[in-house]
Amino acid sequence: MSFRTPLSTARGLGSAKHGVGHWISERVAAVALVPLVLWAVYSCILLAGVDYDGAVEWIGSPVNATLIILTIAISFFHMQGGVRVIIEDYIYGHLTKAAALMLNVFVCGLAGALAIFSILKVALGGA
Amino acid sequence: MTTVPRGPADRPMSPHLTSGGMFALHWRWHVTMLTSILHRVTGAALYAAGLIVAAWAVALASGPEAYGSFMALLGSPLGKLVMFGMSASVFYHLANGVRHLIWDAGHGLDLKSANASAFGVFGFTIAATLAVWAIAFMAGVV
Repeated sequence: MSFRTPLSTARGLGSAKHGVGHWISERVAAVALVPLVLWAVYSCILLAGVDYDGAVEWIGSPVNATLIILTIAISFFHMQGGVRVIIEDYIYGHLTKAAALMLNVFVCGLAGALAIFSILKVALGGA
Repeated sequence: MTTVPRGPADRPMSPHLTSGGMFALHWRWHVTMLTSILHRVTGAALYAAGLIVAAWAVALASGPEAYGSFMALLGSPLGKLVMFGMSASVFYHLANGVRHLIWDAGHGLDLKSANASAFGVFGFTIAATLAVWAIAFMAGVV
């Protein structure tokens, strides 16, 4: 039998056990972004050389549309996580910090959603 | 009785900018410190790049006129300067990010390797940025 109190047992369990999952998800996103960003740089050069019709045609390719949506979604996830750490490091006030963290999530969420919806609209022939 | 001085004053106090007199720095620049600061700076700059990409997608979905105006803005001298900065930031953050991933795997953490990889990152950033803009010039898109 155990002589430990329930509180002692609870304390002994350590962290909330979400830290590692969060850490790993940040690394998975970073690894995914390595090839995606190199492809995106190549695509930027390609898109700089074409007009509106060329860009619409480019997005119309399922491979391009999928890769750009993945790049945008994973980038905004990565951006949100990175700026979150900057806010946590430099903003000390409780309310200011909470507001900045929320603003960061909202900006990344809104910009990411707008970008992905726009890509889908053009890719699916709505342009 | 002891006369040996002790207490916090004897310890290195870093990064304490001015204790011990005006401009008496208790630290010096290290290349690893510079790479760390630049990783954060380029990361923050790329936040703006993400918003530019989102604006590009919205402009494209808004039609030829909006897209034309947006691309003209990107093609302006200021736009090109921003794009140049973004490309350098992308390559720096990419290379230094890979350096961080290697560290996360437990490799290259000793001082000699960390200093060497720092210069590797700078070299890659300069070479890749110049290469991309050379390709863009040769392709006639800038």
